[in-house]
Amino acid sequence: MPDIITMKQMYKVYPNGIVANDYVDFSVKEGEIHALVGENGAGKTTLMKILFGIEQATTGELYHNGQLVSFQNPQEAIKAGIGMVHQHFMQVGSMTVAENVVLGSEPKKYRFLLDRKKAIDDTAEIAEKYKFKIDPAMRLDECSVGTRQKIEILKALFHGAKVIILDEPTAVLTPQETEELFRELKGLKERGHTIIFISHKLNEVKEISDRVTVMRSAKQTGTYDTESISKEEISNLMVGREGLWELTKGKATPNESIITVNNLSVMDEQRRYLLDHISFSMRKGEILGVVGVEGNGQRELVDVLTGLNKASGGSIMFKGEDISKQSIHHIREMGLSHIPEDRMTMGVATEASITDNLLSIYFDKESFNNGVLLDQSSIDAWAKDRVKEYAIKTKSPNAQVRSLSGGNIQKVVVAREFSNNPDVVIADQPTRGIDVGAAQFIHNKLIELRDQGASILLVSADLSEVLDVSDSLFVMYEGKIVAYFDDVTNVSAMELGRFMLGIEAQDEEQIKRGIYA
Amino acid sequence: MLKLIKQRWLDQPLDNRFESIRFSMAIVISLIVTLVLVLLVSNEPLFALQQLFLGPLASIRKFGNVIESMIPLTFLGLSVAIMFSARQFNLGSSGALFLGGTVTAVVVLTLPLPGFVLSVVAILLGAFTGGLVTLIPAFIKLRFGASELVSSLMMNFIALNLGFFIILNYYRDPQAGSLASFEFPSSSLLVQLIPGTRIHTGLLLLFIMIVLIYLFIQKTKWGYALRMTGFNKSFATYSGISTGAVILYSQFLGGILAGMAGSVEMLGMYDRFRWQAMPTYAFDGVIVAVLAKNKPQYIPLAAFVLSYIRIGADTMSVNSDVSFQVIAIIQGLIIIMIAANAFLAKYRQRLVVQEAITND
Ligand SMILES: Nc1ncnc2c1ncn2[C@@H]1O[C@H](COP(=O)(O)OP(=O)(O)O)[C@@H](O)[C@H]1O
Ligand SMILES: [Mg+2]
Repeated sequence: MPDIITMKQMYKVYPNGIVANDYVDFSVKEGEIHALVGENGAGKTTLMKILFGIEQATTGELYHNGQLVSFQNPQEAIKAGIGMVHQHFMQVGSMTVAENVVLGSEPKKYRFLLDRKKAIDDTAEIAEKYKFKIDPAMRLDECSVGTRQKIEILKALFHGAKVIILDEPTAVLTPQETEELFRELKGLKERGHTIIFISHKLNEVKEISDRVTVMRSAKQTGTYDTESISKEEISNLMVGREGLWELTKGKATPNESIITVNNLSVMDEQRRYLLDHISFSMRKGEILGVVGVEGNGQRELVDVLTGLNKASGGSIMFKGEDISKQSIHHIREMGLSHIPEDRMTMGVATEASITDNLLSIYFDKESFNNGVLLDQSSIDAWAKDRVKEYAIKTKSPNAQVRSLSGGNIQKVVVAREFSNNPDVVIADQPTRGIDVGAAQFIHNKLIELRDQGASILLVSADLSEVLDVSDSLFVMYEGKIVAYFDDVTNVSAMELGRFMLGIEAQDEEQIKRGIYA
Repeated sequence: MLKLIKQRWLDQPLDNRFESIRFSMAIVISLIVTLVLVLLVSNEPLFALQQLFLGPLASIRKFGNVIESMIPLTFLGLSVAIMFSARQFNLGSSGALFLGGTVTAVVVLTLPLPGFVLSVVAILLGAFTGGLVTLIPAFIKLRFGASELVSSLMMNFIALNLGFFIILNYYRDPQAGSLASFEFPSSSLLVQLIPGTRIHTGLLLLFIMIVLIYLFIQKTKWGYALRMTGFNKSFATYSGISTGAVILYSQFLGGILAGMAGSVEMLGMYDRFRWQAMPTYAFDGVIVAVLAKNKPQYIPLAAFVLSYIRIGADTMSVNSDVSFQVIAIIQGLIIIMIAANAFLAKYRQRLVVQEAITND
């Protein structure tokens, strides 16, 4: 088979100075499933964005069917028969499945009006052709993440994509949904489509791909026939060192509970329950994991625990005080720290210096103020120590946070949130999208805090992260706790998947085990 | 020597380098455009240019004019800068200046206080009034979520009419030809600082305010909270910073500075209330703040540059055949080039790429 896509010496610098692709060679044969693997931040998404015309390469050549091309925007790539399903895709929630699929080239009635019936027929036809199980008339906000992803794939097919790029499609899926996706991908391949599959989960890569290309810190470190390379070898190419996977973690010795959540609820404007009367305890010296498909109440839970949002019912007892209606400032003063889900919009001020970002929860402390003025020299000394302790890679603590890489930005957040020896840490996706070194650093810090007696809530979409790092966990589905496990070593990802999908739920007695005195 | 300068330059953070380049480029391009425009429209281009660039230096009086008009510009620049730093787009500074000036006039005409005390009280009350003018939009924003941009423009309108109403109805001197108040007691006027000019003690107050505002924004915890709120409000909220308080005090302070500008102007430059319309400062504060990138320490410089260009243009339009409007065009150009973030973005990208490559 000839190459359908060839990228030669792709070099990409982002405006913030990060080199995301460092002279990368990458080629895909027609009709194959080609896995692109690498740690978070390795530059996979960037390379694919260049291919799809979202980003422009700084230098480098792109060939499509042997012809030198350069897509200035996604429309040009789509015209050439390339489709992409993004890591965090955007959809219009109030529209139907069919309307989303045909979005961009809607069948028109009387030239202006959307032909709903034709949209549904077209969608049904294409879903039938590729054997996708989907109901075209369903409203999108009623669909699961897995279904939404299928819609994205169908959309690409509808626009005539021969090459489909899937950016970490399984990150948001349960194990069951992943299996289904893989069946569909194999079907696409049989019909002659070419698939580029981005992942950092090696089991999946071994299962689905024909060839694999590995990236490590912006460089390409090799392309292999999947058959001919072992998982260990791939992982070495990805990480560069062996054995970086292991986490040194002793057994937890949980003490009494420090936070007791009782019948906590949050409603949306339509008075639907986003968080539906949930109760659990967080114990000192324990990492409690929270898993669930995104959008099942995890965000609402974190928001009320940290004071960002107010509960509509129930209580959160923290050191004997109900904090469910308290201000963020007060809750933080009581010893609660928060690693937010989205570090760029909430965790940092990118224009401000590292020092200023570290200071945001300490600036009114007496030790940093000298009468009416801030005590800049003690602040600077303190910030310098934090930068050192947390190994934040920068020329100076006065550098703007936006000049840092994702992993180092997250370290700034973590350094700030951990430096006051918190009693409680709410860690929401603490390692999402950062390199493995930084992720491991943060995991170790969490465990260190736990061993010092802190209570940690670890919310993560990454099942393996929760299984590796937390001691106990609960599963959320549609705003409720549907399962509690007091020891994560007794659970498998497959089992959790069933609870996450709502196929199964524990009975009330079992869930109540998560409430401690 | 050159090498040393080059090294110094390269040691600067990239963004500083980029900013300086952008600033100088804007000035250079504007100069070129000025040259071309003047060459096109004038029969005596050399003379016109000489008037433009050297006119303000021709006499101590002329240079005095530059400093005089720089005083309110600096106050307004600080006013806008403090609000913009908190990312509050309150354009009420001109209304605050106007009503501040009006209240100062009212105070010196009403309160039976001895000279110096009277000026101090008049300036303080004028400043406070200015604060209220910009505080109201802040309050409305917090309470009802309405944009401060729109409500501050409405406040300008209210302030203007309220000011005229008060002067017309209660303080108008029927003897004076045009609309003017009674004469201020001469002991309340600000003392002339430099003979041969109208530069007044307001300049000293201005220096004190520059230092205070610089310290406030850069060196106090309230200034810190203000800056963080301006950088990223979600981040500030998440950190437990009371962003509501920041929204209120940043705009209150902004108005106080603008009110002070009006008061000082009133007692330093006039002997009675003589404003016939909103003084032309409407967007000058914005221009100065944008030029200075909201940094208090650069505000006086920006105000000086603007003031210098204007006095030069004034001189040129009086003495030569080039009209003042030419300068309006040039002013606009500089602002656009400095303000527009896209300007030179390509060049910035090149700097970044270069740096990335050399760091490898
Ligand atoms: N739009 C952007 N602007 C600046 N830096 C970016 C941008 N997108 C990604 N990066 C940076 O580029 C590097 C590679 O990112 P990415 O291509 O998303 O990696 P991957 O998909 O392998 O996780 C990271 O360090 C990331 O922080
Ligand atoms: Mg990615």
